[in-house]
Amino acid sequence: MEPINKHQGLVYPLNRGNIDTDQIIPKQFLKRIERQGFGQFLFYNWRFHDDGTPKQEFSLNDKKYQNASILVAGENFGCGSSREHAPWALQDFGFKVIIAPSFADIFYNNCTKNGILPVQLTEQQTKQLMTRAETEPYTITVDLENQLVSDAGDFRASFQVPAYQKEMLLNGWDEIAVTLTHADKITEFEATRS
Amino acid sequence: MNEPKTIVEKIWDKHVVHREEGKPDLLYIDLHLVHEVTSPQAFEGLRMKNRQVRKPELTYATMDHNVPTIHRNVIKDAVSKKQMQTLKDNCSQFGISLADIDHPDQGIVHVIGPELGLTQPGKTIVCGDSHTSTHGAFGALAFGIGTSEVEHVLATQTLWQAPPKTLKVQVNGELGSGVTAKDLILAIIAKFGVRFGTGHVIEYTGEAIKNLSMEERMTVCNMSIEAGARAGLISPDNKTVEYLRGKRHVPKEADSFEKAAAEWKALASDPEASYDKVVEIEAAEIEPQVSWGTNPGMCLPVSASVPDPNQAETANSKEEIERALEYMGLEAGQQISSVAIDHVFIGSCTNSRLSDLRRAAEVIRGKKVNPKVKAIVVPGSFSVKTAAEAEGLDVIFTQAGFQWREAGCSMCLAMNDDIVPPGERCASTSNRNFEGRQGNGARTHLVSPEMAAAAAIEGHFVDVRKFTEATLHS
Repeated sequence: MEPINKHQGLVYPLNRGNIDTDQIIPKQFLKRIERQGFGQFLFYNWRFHDDGTPKQEFSLNDKKYQNASILVAGENFGCGSSREHAPWALQDFGFKVIIAPSFADIFYNNCTKNGILPVQLTEQQTKQLMTRAETEPYTITVDLENQLVSDAGDFRASFQVPAYQKEMLLNGWDEIAVTLTHADKITEFEATRS
Repeated sequence: MNEPKTIVEKIWDKHVVHREEGKPDLLYIDLHLVHEVTSPQAFEGLRMKNRQVRKPELTYATMDHNVPTIHRNVIKDAVSKKQMQTLKDNCSQFGISLADIDHPDQGIVHVIGPELGLTQPGKTIVCGDSHTSTHGAFGALAFGIGTSEVEHVLATQTLWQAPPKTLKVQVNGELGSGVTAKDLILAIIAKFGVRFGTGHVIEYTGEAIKNLSMEERMTVCNMSIEAGARAGLISPDNKTVEYLRGKRHVPKEADSFEKAAAEWKALASDPEASYDKVVEIEAAEIEPQVSWGTNPGMCLPVSASVPDPNQAETANSKEEIERALEYMGLEAGQQISSVAIDHVFIGSCTNSRLSDLRRAAEVIRGKKVNPKVKAIVVPGSFSVKTAAEAEGLDVIFTQAGFQWREAGCSMCLAMNDDIVPPGERCASTSNRNFEGRQGNGARTHLVSPEMAAAAAIEGHFVDVRKFTEATLHS
């Protein structure tokens, strides 16, 4: 996967809690056998009418967020299904960082396997970011190395990320290749159980 | 004396392949279940790197999400067809056993694992599906994974996992008559919220849990993910052992089975074990539940009224309630029992086992489905279907006006043709009431099989306890 370290980008605020993976990518788009091309289906039922025309009232269709690469959302983002199509769709659409007060476990994990950085900030900090981004084009910088979110003004927020996930994201490693360096240990383990 | 341990700690310790400071543990996986939707990209990843499946014999595949439930072999959707063919090709290329669409072992992956005895206490079990927590009913550590992890398990038979926090959900007392395992888990999620289990493995304990049958325990563990927990489990006991006795993949010889059974029972959490978090709920206070909103925590007793956003408490904010009511087409203060339904779906990995179908059939025996309601029953597996037919349940359902279908995930997530049309309302025995889950614009109400059956007859929600009583006296 692509490594990610420091990312500067435009914020798209989506002020809803418990956004589940069925909303991020509805099931009718899970039938494809490729990893690519899911961006067009992101938040499909929120973005489009039944006839495929865009719902103007849904904020992601607003031109001002067209080049957004940082999604800021409410608590428990990515709850529900384990479908990795959700991070694939977010990434393919152009999002590189997701900020929320909390994430569902499987979704968080899936992001880190794809070079998307999930950042957990407090409820108050995310609200602050959302409010700013709702009123004006708002660019922030997310620095994984130093675990810091900042803007051109005085917003500064540090965040936690497990050391292992941080290392994987910073280096963009192929996790399977890393694990296979322990292949002899796996073989040894298997030998004790047969 | 050894330090008291939870079942999670006991299973974990037996599966650590490699441990080093500052890293998650490298955990060995005993059983990897595979289905058509979340695996194609994983197999493709293996091919691109010229990697093999490390342990095909610990991997088992079936088709469930896409499969048609009317004519098995008529798959109209070309993309679905290709996805199913891809699984077939991948299993054949990598030497993995597959319960194909016309195989007698086919069914929902979380229904067939236990049926075949693949699911066993103490195993680490994964699948690219969040309802893998179902297998926890047997005292297995079972959790859903994404496709990258599917690929990782295929290639290495391991996963990097940080030890989870433990959460004990103690259910005191006994469930009342007519109150089911489904009502219990819905009430738990309603009480503690859709993310109280995040970062934890839930262990369900207490008198009410001990009294549940294995199939009821599966219903409870199935919905752990709806509380945010990747896994939920129940310590094995004699019921666990008796369920597994004679199943195809458990030890055959009496001696080796008894030895395994003793090991399984020894996995039970020690009485003095400590947990990161403990919550309690009184079983006797639980009534039959109906979900009214767009997440499984938005659930109420059937006797209650739809909440008023202006009286929002902490669990759901005013905006959340307003959005949910708008999507669901409900009015604040409306009696839940007054809500009329268009569809009934009895099925899914939560409630599609033989005992679920038996209990629903008991409710509808000799009655007719309300003419405004379209009702379907989708058995969880080919084997459930065959067993149900052998005891005549299909006749009870079809005579009442239900459609009797072939096994699969079906209307739980509507990836096949079983879709609830926009704006229509479904009483569903499945696990998720998210927006659009059963079809774009579809309105889902989660209930037990008994409640779904009673609603099918009445055309609106009704307390199944009163319904059954009224029928007895009529």
